[in-house]
Amino acid sequence: MGDQAVCALNNIDLHIASGEYVSIMGPSGSGKSTLLNIIGLLDKPNSGRYELDEKLVTNLSETEQAKIRREKIGFVFQSFHLVPRLTAAENIELPLILGGVPPEQRQIRVNEALQAFELKQRALHRPAELSGGQRQRVAIARATIMQPSVILADEPTGNLDHQIGAEVMSLLEDLHHRGTTLIVVTHDRELGGRAHRQIAMRDGKILIDHSDDTG
Amino acid sequence: MTLADTLRTSFKTVMSYHIRSLLIILAMALGVGAVVVLTALGDGARNYIINQFSSIGTHLLVVLPGRAETSGSFLGAVLGQTPRDLTLKDAQLLGRLPQIRRYAPLNVGAAELSAANRLREVTVLGSTANLIPIRHMKLAQGNFLAHGAERNAQIVLGAKIAQEFFPRSQAVGQRVRLGDSRFLVSGVLASQGETMGFNTDEIVIIPIDYAQAMFNTTSLFRILIEAKSHSDIEPAKQAILASLRQSHDGEDDTTVITQDAILETFDRILHALTLAVAGIAAISLIVAGILVMNVMLVAVTQRTAEIGLLKAIGATSIDIRRLFLAEAVWLSVVGAVLGLLLGQLGSFLIRLAYPQLPAWAPIWASIAAITVALLAGILASMLPASKAARMDAIDALNKK
Repeated sequence: MGDQAVCALNNIDLHIASGEYVSIMGPSGSGKSTLLNIIGLLDKPNSGRYELDEKLVTNLSETEQAKIRREKIGFVFQSFHLVPRLTAAENIELPLILGGVPPEQRQIRVNEALQAFELKQRALHRPAELSGGQRQRVAIARATIMQPSVILADEPTGNLDHQIGAEVMSLLEDLHHRGTTLIVVTHDRELGGRAHRQIAMRDGKILIDHSDDTG
Repeated sequence: MTLADTLRTSFKTVMSYHIRSLLIILAMALGVGAVVVLTALGDGARNYIINQFSSIGTHLLVVLPGRAETSGSFLGAVLGQTPRDLTLKDAQLLGRLPQIRRYAPLNVGAAELSAANRLREVTVLGSTANLIPIRHMKLAQGNFLAHGAERNAQIVLGAKIAQEFFPRSQAVGQRVRLGDSRFLVSGVLASQGETMGFNTDEIVIIPIDYAQAMFNTTSLFRILIEAKSHSDIEPAKQAILASLRQSHDGEDDTTVITQDAILETFDRILHALTLAVAGIAAISLIVAGILVMNVMLVAVTQRTAEIGLLKAIGATSIDIRRLFLAEAVWLSVVGAVLGLLLGQLGSFLIRLAYPQLPAWAPIWASIAAITVALLAGILASMLPASKAARMDAIDALNKK
């Protein structure tokens, strides 16, 4: 109760190299989602700097930030966030439409994505007609269609059973193997443990920042 | 996001919420349709009356005795003088004016017509041969007061009278009794029906001299005058007034009504009426606009998560605003076009039901209705669209 300001993040100093696979773990309220939102340019820090691709992006205009989200960042959400009235193919096409890609090129790229994520048979189905795993594959296809440099996944397996979750994770890890920076937020230790660099957060602060030697 | 994609995407959205879209389109269509039909009715009535009025003559002026004063005082009335009568001499004088093509003096009365053992009261017009062309009457048979025969006791029967008295035989050439005099039927008027509440089918026409004798008067009821051309109407009116003033000892005691002035008055009144009904119908378009606003506000709330997602994958506020505006534009455009068709159909049905009423919607009304519909739709969706555009992406995403 009350209007007391809450510091979701406090004194964070984080550097993530291009092509890294990072997991951010912590209990709810630890600030991991806020951190992800700031990395994804959905949120602005009250103070401090954020550089993406060695460019300061914290004080860019709304339109410029939208352009960066469109071109450099791919979001994968726990609840998929597919548009219910659009088909799988149309959902995947959305970032291309927003990016002003001409329709013929969109068609080719969407088809490639459907192929790559084994959704060819499901292209014309609406999200309600898809299984959870298929929905998340559509969401990942949508997140990667613009070939972003960073994939931000917020509890990507939170709404999936164990086996499907593992499949989705290996899809994301495939993307990482092809050079995309992958940042996964989770409270699942096992899932977080798969990342080469594990960050643990609590009360808006980074508690542990551990990198595997193999990473 | 390109304009074509914005329009295409919002069109798909409109199509996917079909019941909602259908209702808004219907509301818009009914509003536009109402404007179109009501203006078609108003304009149809206007044209109907103007046609009726035009059909009684061309470049017509009517001279009547007495002065219609709207202000000031009429000296004659104070002094207990009655206005001077119009006489045949006046009429002949006017006939010599250069702006005038022809004139017809007119007397009106009622008398009993009897022939072939039948008897009935009829309206009697006393005039000259010029009455027929001036009043655009047509003769079905015979002729009327052929020049040189003005002194003869001739009579022209209205179509219905001729039918009543001589159902089987040729009316022309028959002898009839009107009042106390006997007349020879020289012609029968073609049936014209009622124009301006005056049925020419139930009148008889006799030479002016006989009429004045029958009604025991030397004054005229009216003098009908046809000007040579449209531009002669106003000069003719001035010349008539000047001429009559001179012959009436400098007294302005006659009134000249021009057909144009009456037409213009009717035209103005009915045009105003049409505008008024169009305005009333346009209120329904404002109501439709409010409906659009309400539905779009609900849509923004319903699609909060979608808006958040669009922002997360790189839609700008401008993109979001345009998407919602485009949606309203589609609904308004389709509604307006449908309404136009509905209105045209309605006008067509009215024309079918009342063939004498030229119920064509004026083009200005159709254009105005569509413009108001589009404006109402777009203005009404401004608020919901900017509400959507201003939405915070994280809040929107987290809302379920």
